[in-house]
Order: sequence, then structure tokens, then C-alpha cells
Amino acid sequence: MRSDLAKKLSTLREAGTIVLLLAVVLAAWTKDHHFLEAKNLNSILLWIPLLAVVGMGQMLVILTRGIDVSVGSTMGLAGIIVGMLFRDHAGLNVFVGAGIGLAIGAVLGAFNGGLIAWLKIPPIIATLGTLSAYRGLVFIVSKGDQVASNDIPDALVNWTMNGPIKVGGVTVSWLLVWAVVASIITAYLLKQTRTGRDIFSIGSNPDAAMLRGIPVRKVTFIVYTICGAFAGLAGVLYASRYGFVNPGSAGTGFELIVIAAVVIGGTNVFGGSGTVPGVLLGCLLLGTINVALAVLGIDETWQKLVYGLVILVALILDSGVKKWLGKLSEVGS
Amino acid sequence: MNRKGFKIRPEMVPAILLVFGFIAGAMESKYFLDPKYLLDSSTQYVETGLLALAMTFVIVSGNIDLSVASMTVLVACVTAKLMESGWATPSACAVAIGLGVILGAINGFLISKAKLPSFVVTLATMAVYRGIAQVLLGPNSAKVNAGFAGLDTQYLPGHVPIPLVIFLVTALILGVLLHRTLFGRWVFSIGTNETASFYSGIPAAKVKLGVFALSGLMAAAAALLMDSRLGVARFDHANGLELDAITAVLLGGASINGGRGSILGTVLALFLVAVLRIGMGVANVKAEYQLVVIGSLLVIAVLSGNFVERLSSARKPSAAK
Amino acid sequence: MRSWWWNVSLQDYAHTVNSAEPIVSARGIRMAFAGVEVLKGVDIDLFPGEVHGLIGENGAGKSTLGKLIAGIYRPTAGTISIGGVARSLGSPRQAMELGVALIHQEPLTFPDLDVAENIFVGRQPTKGMKRVDWAAMRTRAGELLSSLGVALDPKAKVSGLSVADQQMVELAAALSQDAKVLILDETTASLTPKEVAELFVIVRKLRDQGCAIAFVSHRLDEIFQICDRITVLRDGDKVGERLPSECGVPDIIRMMVGRELASERFTPAEHSQGKVMLELKGLCQGKIFSDVSFNVRKGEIVGMAGLVGAGRTDVARAIFGITHKTGGAVFIDGVEVNARNPQDAMKHGFALVPEDRQHHGLLMPISICENACLAVLRGMTKTALIDRKAIRARSQEYVGKLRIALRDVDQSVRDLSGGNQQKVVLSKWLMTEPKVLILDEPTRGVDVGAKAEVHRLMRELADGGLAILMISSDLQEVLTVSERILVLREGRLVRTFEPGEATQETIMLAATGQEAHAL
Repeated sequence: MRSDLAKKLSTLREAGTIVLLLAVVLAAWTKDHHFLEAKNLNSILLWIPLLAVVGMGQMLVILTRGIDVSVGSTMGLAGIIVGMLFRDHAGLNVFVGAGIGLAIGAVLGAFNGGLIAWLKIPPIIATLGTLSAYRGLVFIVSKGDQVASNDIPDALVNWTMNGPIKVGGVTVSWLLVWAVVASIITAYLLKQTRTGRDIFSIGSNPDAAMLRGIPVRKVTFIVYTICGAFAGLAGVLYASRYGFVNPGSAGTGFELIVIAAVVIGGTNVFGGSGTVPGVLLGCLLLGTINVALAVLGIDETWQKLVYGLVILVALILDSGVKKWLGKLSEVGS
Repeated sequence: MNRKGFKIRPEMVPAILLVFGFIAGAMESKYFLDPKYLLDSSTQYVETGLLALAMTFVIVSGNIDLSVASMTVLVACVTAKLMESGWATPSACAVAIGLGVILGAINGFLISKAKLPSFVVTLATMAVYRGIAQVLLGPNSAKVNAGFAGLDTQYLPGHVPIPLVIFLVTALILGVLLHRTLFGRWVFSIGTNETASFYSGIPAAKVKLGVFALSGLMAAAAALLMDSRLGVARFDHANGLELDAITAVLLGGASINGGRGSILGTVLALFLVAVLRIGMGVANVKAEYQLVVIGSLLVIAVLSGNFVERLSSARKPSAAK
Repeated sequence: MRSWWWNVSLQDYAHTVNSAEPIVSARGIRMAFAGVEVLKGVDIDLFPGEVHGLIGENGAGKSTLGKLIAGIYRPTAGTISIGGVARSLGSPRQAMELGVALIHQEPLTFPDLDVAENIFVGRQPTKGMKRVDWAAMRTRAGELLSSLGVALDPKAKVSGLSVADQQMVELAAALSQDAKVLILDETTASLTPKEVAELFVIVRKLRDQGCAIAFVSHRLDEIFQICDRITVLRDGDKVGERLPSECGVPDIIRMMVGRELASERFTPAEHSQGKVMLELKGLCQGKIFSDVSFNVRKGEIVGMAGLVGAGRTDVARAIFGITHKTGGAVFIDGVEVNARNPQDAMKHGFALVPEDRQHHGLLMPISICENACLAVLRGMTKTALIDRKAIRARSQEYVGKLRIALRDVDQSVRDLSGGNQQKVVLSKWLMTEPKVLILDEPTRGVDVGAKAEVHRLMRELADGGLAILMISSDLQEVLTVSERILVLREGRLVRTFEPGEATQETIMLAATGQEAHAL
């Protein structure tokens, strides 16, 4: 009886996100009937991939009751290194570049994972430290110079400009394909592998996971490594999306948007529950809000406030739902 | 607290490092031994210092406040905006103080009543508060009243800048509050074991609310000093101060798990961070290298804290929640 | 199956089973926590096809023994052999690999996962490319559950299951790993009688399939229902091993308690005339307890007995404002009190010494004097500052009054023995000058000498005019210390014994609901 209810509520939660999405679309559409035209749809579709790729890793982390606020810096560091490689080695294959970005991210993530899993530093502190350390490295590596647009190979920019599907002016870009690949990998990991299932059990009941012999440290380490790897890949995608990499702005503050997307997508900050479609829905909602704000004539200065509010609303909603469930379990059977 | 002879004091780590920092700094540059230079440089760390003092309470109570820099900037922007629109300095300052307390209390309310983890709540309000500041001022800056600016260039005899005095007096007051008053003891007890404290009739939720309101109050104080020092307010000021503040508190021997820490340790660690920053400044170490140093310092601080904890307590339940 | 040895004596029995080697054989097991020895050299054998009851009072060491065999703790001395080979068990995982599983009183399940996954967590069946084979997992889970005779949907989320069902899931998890040894650690404590009966059907089935089962409990009726052999522990020593056919409940009680039925009872002063200090009228809390009414008079100690999970602690917590009642009323000294939190309750003159000293009673690393003065710190200020001299002086005063053995009131409370720690908690509450003192398991984890000391103190306090409500699972303690005795069963007050009326048996019978057919 209660499990049905919990299930109903979790679908209710996703339904809520969809309703919010529709409300945003409707508001923007009322203001500007051209809102749903190709130009805006394209911006939404281009906005999602980076968020979704990093969001997948962040979700894994949050599922284990952790958090990684260093993803923006990881993105920046991987982006700038790969950008410089493109600059200094014209003709470097873009997929090799993406692979290098992924690898750099994995190393940075593994460092976080090591601090958290073995040195027992709380995730927020460890990643707050590396948030600033990695950003510092971005400047050190690049000597403060940005990788300019003419240094980014056309093949990389092509990921943003073109894609496999084009319908009436709406392009499904290669970037989006990357995001889909990342989502499928994450979904596969979570649903089909033991490590993925271990992630849920650790977040669901860490003590029991330890007693039932789940390699908690190893899995924690893996999770932060994957999170870093995705952020590293996103750094390369960033170069494609924006056509340049600036050491100061690449990925700065991105952790906030990512956490907002993951949390509004129904991932529980107390760990143990969350879904890939939910996070994708969260990304779609944030992307739509972002474009809608412009349409509604609200300028970029509102963005930070909106993301922060999104996280707060999600938190309050979730704690409300939890309390309600708790009350039900006490009173009814 | 513990008057036993053989006990590792948490302040020892920053104290020793501070000495080393000074020696290294002195070897690096002769500026470093110029008290005037040091005193002048100190003013820009006073704001971080005030935040760190309140952060000591927050961390000792077993929580964290990531929103301090955002509260500071919001209060700074609102105050400057009010002054720009013709408010007198005293009334604008009063609003600033009130606003700071309210912002902190909002954090405290969400954490103690909705029982949400402090790091997520303050991560969200970190964005919200700075977001409001950004919406309020946009890319522009707001100017403070002429008479209000330049407090940092006022000195007491002996070339002691006023902000430094303010910091030291606040540190003394908060030191007494944390270590000598009822409220302070309650902060320690909920940080040590919140359930047992609640069972002993301690109003745990109210104490948490108070701790976060204090954090807001100190953010407001920092905001006023910052407004006065810079003469203008912008939404992107005070960026990353939370990192320096948290680093200082943890470096000062506070336990990230709560229940241990001291104002003296935080003050020593603040001097250490300031010495490091000033030292790196005179040695022409770029800001980006400084980021790496401070970030690493934070991690090292927690590691050394964990180590000290292991030394001073034989056994403690290892649940990392 | 059961009858062939049902009527043979222990010697004959031992002879017959010697041909069957024990699966688990523990010798000279010692275990100490923070310097307090809870097991003092215990031997035990678990044989296949046998349910072995481990019984004893709280703190006798029975649960610890179970946890040692399951690899949760490592013994300080002694050897545990499994399958004839001495093992050094470092983790529950390792024990599990050797076929030993422990079923906890509070099931260790994963609320966000479904039943099938809870069974196979960490060992999900896989198919090609190491993919989790959900279909196979659910089928196997279904098979396991139906072989146990449990009707549970493998796809149901565990967060919605009852404690009993969750225990079944844990049991199925153990069996899925071919567990040969099952340790049931107070598994029945939070089950209803019907659920217990269902569990026993399964336990017998597993026994008949050749499992060795250790059944840890302090419920005598259950021990006699299910066990083929009984080991009684007392204060960390093995007192004896009996066959249920050879002895009766009184024998076992005598072994548990260590003497003939309580002899040195405190002569209760005549308090029945005293003023009523605490009165409960129809106190209810959801499904946890209902319609609890009783009173405690000035100068009186009222004992509250009952099984773990009967709702005794819940009543105390509701009185003290830690949880909230859903009905009824609490009166102190004739005035109705509705405590919203402990602070409130304290102001009205209540004090509660909680059951879990480690987590609820004391701030572990902090000093003795700060712990002792924690509840009254509010009044110990001088011009807004904490008056440290007063704290030390006040603590010293109570250290003297309660005869706490220590070097210095500034030393950490962690360094004290269990009994002295309990006295620190007691001082904390006595300083609030309460009218009503509630003690929940006041002598748990306290050694025998200190126990008597605590009892004497309680008597002194009552004679000084305090009204005391004492919750205890230690029947001897209940009989020794209290005047009237209340018995709770399944959230209801089922019996009130007047002074001198109760015996261990009658309390036990009332607590287990078997009063009708007395021994």
C-alpha cells in the first residue's frame, strides 16, 4: 500500500516537472507566439547537451549521498588543455581530442574520489577545495590565454552546427548525440551492472551496504571518476559549442546549473533514488527556462537567481513529500 | 576546555604553520618585515576574517554555510543602492544589519525546521542571494555615501587600521560568546551529539537558527566594511570568500564533523591565510596559483584535522554521514 | 524428525550428535568493549539440524556472541572454528562466504530497492557481458521466497514492507548464499505473535533441511517453543547448557538470574499514602501504544516491565516530549502537562535517563562536569558568562553524593566505566531537581557491583521524595527495586502488580500474554 503510494508520488514528482515545463513554455508562448519556432528550439537543444553530460555524472554522485562542486573547473581544465592541443597540433582528430578530455576529467575525478573514499574528507569540502585548485590549474596551464576561435578545428565546431537529423530547420546536433550516448551509458550502468546497483544500495543505506559486503570505497571512487570523466568530455563539447575556451569563463559556475538540473529532475539529495529520464527532464526544463527568460525579456542577470531558486524549490518539495510519507507510515498501514 | 596537561590543542597546527609562514615570507621579501605594509595589507582580509569567525560557530555546530560570500555581496549591494537613492548612512547600515540577520535566519530555518542538509541549502542560497544582488544592480556598480567610504584608511595611533581593530574586537566578543557563554556551550553540544543535546533539554533547532543568523550578521558586518573599503558595490564582489573562510576555520583546528574548534585557532589560521596571501602577493605569485594553494590548503586542513582527531581520541564511531 | 531425541538426556544426546560434527565451534571467547568485558570465555557449538537458543538478560552477552560468530566483531580472545577449521573472521562478508549469516532485529535492508535486489544485493545474477539478469534475479527471488512459504512480490519496493517481511527478505538473502548457519538476533522483538508463529514455521523448515540456527532471545516462551538446546549466559559467562525437555521455565530463570527468586528485596516504605506526582490518563500514540493509564506517587518507585518492543520506551519518550502523543493526558502534581519537547518537559519537573547512554545520554568526548551540568547550564551563568567554578563545584557535589569514581571532573566522560557514566547521566537530571524521574534501563551495561549501587541510589532518591518510574527488562531488577510493577504488552498496559504480589514468572507470563495457562 505504501510502496504504491511512494511509486505514485515519484511519478507525481516527474509529472510536476513536466507541468512546470509546460507552464514555462505557455508563459513564453503567450508573451511571444514565435517561441516555439526553430530558432528557439535550436537554442534549447543546444543548451541541453553540456548540462546532460555533466548531469549524468553528478547524478551518480548524488545517488551515493555525495556532491561534486568541482565539475565546472574540471570542465574548464579539460577544455583548455584539449583546446591548446588543437591549437598546437593542427590536424588532431576531434575524437582523439574528446578521448583526451575524457581521460583528463577521469584523472581529476579520481583525485576527488581518492580524497573522499579513502581519506574520508566530506565530499563538499574535498570538491570545494578542488573546485578552486582545478580552476587555478586552468590559468597556470593556459598562462591566462584563451584558446581563440580560429584555433578550434572546424570538425569540432561541426558537432554544434550540424547533426544527423534535421527537421524543418530544427537540427539535432552531434552534441546532442553525445548527450544521448552519455545518458545511455549511464542508464546502462545504473540498470544493468552490479556497480550501478551498488551505487543505489550505498545511497539507500550506507551502513547496510558496508555490512552486506559491498565495496563502498571502490564504488565511491568509481563514481567520482566517472563524474570527472563526463565533466572532462563536456569541456571538449564546450569548445565545440562556444568555439573558444576562456580560462576564466569555461565552466565557471556550471556546477550550480548541473546540480539544479539533477535535483529538479527528482534525484534525492539524501541518496538512493533518481533516474536518467528524470535528470534529462530537469535539463530540458532548465534549458527551456533559460531560453524563455530571454524571450520574456528577462535578461541574463536573472539566471543565477533562477537556478538557485530551482534547487531550493526542489529541496522544499522533496522534504515536504518525505514528511508526508513519514506521517503516512506512522498513522496508516 | 580540557585542562589536562598532555593534550594536543587544536590551535597548535596553525600556530606552527604561522611561524613557518613568517620565516618563509621574510626570506622571500623584505617588505614582509615592514609592519606598516603588513598592517595596511591586513584590511582586505578583515571581511574574510569576520565571515570566518561566524563560520567557526557554524562548523562547530556540525554544519556548513556556503552562502556567506553571497550574503555579504547582497547586503553590500542593497546598502550601496539605498545610499545611492539618498538614504543616510546610519539608517542604511541598520537595514544592512537587519537584512544580514534575515538572510542567515532563512538558511537556519530551512536547515533546522525542514531538516535539510546544510551544504545543499546554503549551496542553493549561495546562488539565490548573489542572484538577487545581480538582478538588483545588473552590471552596474552602486556608490556609497562619501562619508562612509574609506574606513580602511583610518588609523588608530600606531598605524593600526580601524578595520583590524573591528576584527580583533569582534573576535574577542565572539570568542567569549563561543567559549564562555551558554549559547556557545550549546553550539558545542549540538555539534558533538545533537540527539543527546536535544534529550538534555537543549533547544537544538533554535541554537542552529541562531548560529546561521549570526553568520548572516557577520556577513552584514563584512559587507559594510567592504562597501566602505571599495566605495562601490558590485554583484561580483566578494567572490569565493566562503572558501577562504572555511579553510581558515578548518585550518584553525575545527572538526568538519562538528564539536571541536576555537576562535583563537580560527584567528591564528586567518593570520596564516593572510600571511600566505600577502606573501604570495609580494612574491608576485599570480592569483591563479593562489587559488591552487588555498584549495590545497583546505584539503590539507581537513586531513590534518582528521589526523589530530585520531590522535586525541582513541575511538569514535566511524559513521560518515 | 524432532521426536527421536525429544526425551533423551543431555549426555545421551551429546553422545549421539558427536558423530555429527558441529558446524560452528567457539572456544574460550572473550570480548571487551572500551575495557568492559562482556564475554568472559564462552564455549558454544552449533550443530546442523538444530536450533540452539542463546538466552540471558540484557547485557548477558548473548547478542555479542552472535555477532562475533557472524564476523561483525572480532573477539579479543578465543577461537571460532567453522566447518572444523579455526577462522579469524574480519567481516560479515567473510563469515557469509563461510556460510554464516546474521538476521538483525532491525532489518538491514535497502528501502529504495525492490525485494529481489535486496536479496541479491552485491551478487546479482548476471548474463553475457556481466549484465544484471533481472528476469533471473526475480525468478530466483520468487523461488526462494516461495520455498520459505512467504508471499512477497519480488518487484515490491522494500520501503513499503513490514519489519517481519523485511526480515524474511534478509533470511532469503542469507539462504541465497547457501547459508548453513543462521543467527537470529532478537529477531522476534518487533514482531506480532502471528508473525512470530510464521517465522517459527520457517525456522523449523530450515532446521529440518540441515541448517544450524542460533536463536538469540530473552523471551522464554519462544525459547521453549523453538529451541532444541538452550545455552544460558549471565554477565558474560556461560551458566549452562540444557535440553528443553529436561528443564522448565523456572530453572532457566534461575540460571539467568543467578539465584533463587529475588531474595534481597528492598523493603518498600509505606508510600501508598503519598501524593500522586505523575498520572497518565489514556495516553495513546498512533499504533505504538494506546490507552496507557497509571500513576506514580511521591516517594514511590514504579517498575515497568515488558518485552522489547512492547512500547515502554515509547511511553517514556512521549511523556518527555521527544515524540508527541496522539491522545490522552499527562499530569504532574495534579497539573496537566503537554510537553512539546524535552526542554518543556524539564521545566515541568520531568527527567529522563534514556536507554542508550552512548548516543542519547552523554556527549561522549566532553568532560564529566560539562556533561553533568548540561541540563542546568542555563542557570549556571554569572553576568551572562558560564560560571566554570560553579560547574566544577556543582559537579563535585554530585560526584560526592552519587559516589562517582573518577580522578577529575575535567576528565572525559568516555574514560569512565559504564556504572559511573550512568551516574553522570543521573547527576545531570538530579541537578534539574525533578519531581518525576523516569529511568529507562538504568543498569544496562553496568557491572554487578555498580548495579546494586545504582539501585541503592534510586531507593535513596525515592525516600527523599522523588517519584520514580523505572523501565527495565531485567526482572530481578524490577522485583528488587520497585514497589508496584506495571506490565506492558503490545502497546497496552496489561497488568499492574501491587507491592509483593509479583514474581519473575508472573511478570513473564503477563508480558508474553500467557497468563491463562500458568506453569
